[in-house]
Amino acid sequence: MSGGTLFGLCAALLVGIGTYGLVVNAHPLRKILAFNVVGSGVFLLLGAIARRGAGAGFGGDPVPQALLITGIVVAFSATALTVALLLRLFAVTGSVTLAADAPAKPEAETTGTPGATGT
Amino acid sequence: MAVPDVTTPGGLLLALAVLVPFVGVLAGLVLGGRNPQRVAFVAMLAGLGIALAIADHLMRSGGAVVYLLGGWSPPLGVALRADAPAVVMLLAVAVVICGIGVYACADFGTPSGEQEARAPFTFWLLLLAVWGSLNLVFVSGDLFTLYVALELLTFAGVPLVCLDGRGETLRAALRYLLFALLGSVLYLLGAVLLYGAYGTLDIALLAARIRPDPATLAAAALMTTGLLAKTALFPLHIWLPPAHAGAPAAASAVLSGLVIKGSWFLVVRLWFDVMPGVVTPSSAQLLAGMGAAAIVFGSVIAVRQERLKLLVAYSTLAQIGYLFLMFPLAFDAGGHALVHGGALTGGLLQAVSHATAKAGMFMAAGLIYAALGHDRIADLAGVARAMPVTVLAFAVAGLALMGVVPSGAYLAKKLMLDAADSSGQWWWTVVLQGGAAFTAGYVVLVLVNALRRPREPVAIVKRVSRLSECAALALAACSLLLALAALGPVPGDLVSSPLKPAELGSTLLVVLGGALLALGLARRSLLAPEGERAPAAGPVRRAAVAVGTAFEDADRLVRRWPSACIALLAVAALFGFLMAAR
Repeated sequence: MSGGTLFGLCAALLVGIGTYGLVVNAHPLRKILAFNVVGSGVFLLLGAIARRGAGAGFGGDPVPQALLITGIVVAFSATALTVALLLRLFAVTGSVTLAADAPAKPEAETTGTPGATGT
Repeated sequence: MAVPDVTTPGGLLLALAVLVPFVGVLAGLVLGGRNPQRVAFVAMLAGLGIALAIADHLMRSGGAVVYLLGGWSPPLGVALRADAPAVVMLLAVAVVICGIGVYACADFGTPSGEQEARAPFTFWLLLLAVWGSLNLVFVSGDLFTLYVALELLTFAGVPLVCLDGRGETLRAALRYLLFALLGSVLYLLGAVLLYGAYGTLDIALLAARIRPDPATLAAAALMTTGLLAKTALFPLHIWLPPAHAGAPAAASAVLSGLVIKGSWFLVVRLWFDVMPGVVTPSSAQLLAGMGAAAIVFGSVIAVRQERLKLLVAYSTLAQIGYLFLMFPLAFDAGGHALVHGGALTGGLLQAVSHATAKAGMFMAAGLIYAALGHDRIADLAGVARAMPVTVLAFAVAGLALMGVVPSGAYLAKKLMLDAADSSGQWWWTVVLQGGAAFTAGYVVLVLVNALRRPREPVAIVKRVSRLSECAALALAACSLLLALAALGPVPGDLVSSPLKPAELGSTLLVVLGGALLALGLARRSLLAPEGERAPAAGPVRRAAVAVGTAFEDADRLVRRWPSACIALLAVAALFGFLMAAR
């Protein structure tokens, strides 16, 4: 098995594990981590593609590497924003559950206090 | 999009269309205080001018406007390209952003001498950020730049949901962000697969090289599904109702009218420009089928709502469905490839029409909420007398969404009906015609309640700004008159007089259908006089209510996280299967 294939399979495995984690975990922090695992899988795949597409005399195709760095920056900002929202949610409500509109809630919503226009 | 790889005259305008809003964001961030609002208005004027100038260049040259960043041509460099669909969207977004800006002066203005507050400060910056990201989505000629633009759009859109910082809106924002991230990572995975197969992500180069091999099909399925999750097409709408209903009205208008159009436009780009020959008619049927389900589902649940803002949010869910009806109608005669033609024009018109009408509708709903201190639909009696301009704006926006002559939605429907007729797909004719009645259902429900005579005068807790009312009305009117403005590019005989018997008849039929729907499904019987107990319901009404409740239960089930994720994976698998079966 060549290195490229091995890396590709590892990438697929990471994407699979991450997706599974995203589906089954209820806790938002675990979802964020699972998202990062999927992201790592995609980046690993991009790295494998860079290696495979290298021109003669080069260690790797530079374009995917540039994309990779941009992708990591975007994924990092996404993670930071999500964690910030999560912390704020915990500070305001004291819980981090995402089950917002569970069947028990609608009654409370309809009698909601004014102020949703957020001034 | 076969375009030359040189910067065309006016190409720099494309870079400016993206730069101006983002420079505004940075300037507003640094200056602070009352300045973000001023900066936003300067940027709005400049941005509107730039959009008009780009349109002018496109009209004169007839081809796409192109700008090569740094003079490097693809595949090494990155190109910005604006073809006709991109320019239409650029213009529409510029107009809607300006309308929302005028509306938001009352809610998010900082009076002189006051300290800056967090919500107004953030709102103006995010408004510009959404605009810049959308412009980038429209003009990028490269799938990775599009990924970055899409992420920027999400990062700008999510905080708009929780501007007021209440727990439930924070929760809605978090759900939105997490699901959107799942969508964007699928998109990125698809883009990476395409790069691995073809060694470029430039749209024009990809379109020339692409063939239906397994990697491409997997990429197409993943990217489409990821984008649908971000657009919130049924059944992937887990995040939309709480996010759009909970945000402040001006922010809801941005989210509902504009933000979802970004990922929708990307689906259009992908299907029409990158892989027109790779997607199959059966996969397009699936896409439009999800759209048809969204129309029925969204409209029925909208009629079942107790609160106006949630009603408008579910109406967005239904209208997103309309945006996807054009895909199976846009194939060429042999059914081999998607072509730019009447159906695509119809789809774009639908998008522009919805952007303006829905922004106006959310603004009107927000004004009613602000004035009454609540937005319970059953207690709206007398609002029409107290705030005639606002209710008129709501009614006009509703008429525009229903597709009454001469609205943009009418022309869109007409173009798509023609395409359905010529390709023999009669079932889409049924959906297009029936969809209007579903739309009429919730519009009629609100208007009947608002026009009801109150038992005691309505208590207005806050006077709303006249300027905001006019902004809402202006945007709604834009949508209602869109067909007249669009007459340039399409044959003039497509728009008939609204008073012709045939048009009048079909409008009446639509309103009647909607009224029946509202009568059957409304949570509180429409026939019951204000403040009295409803008379005993007949068997038909009981059956209709049972159907409505069943839809609501199904909606709750679909919007649970695990079921939404499984639906997402199932949709991806289905797309892959349908694209591979050729």
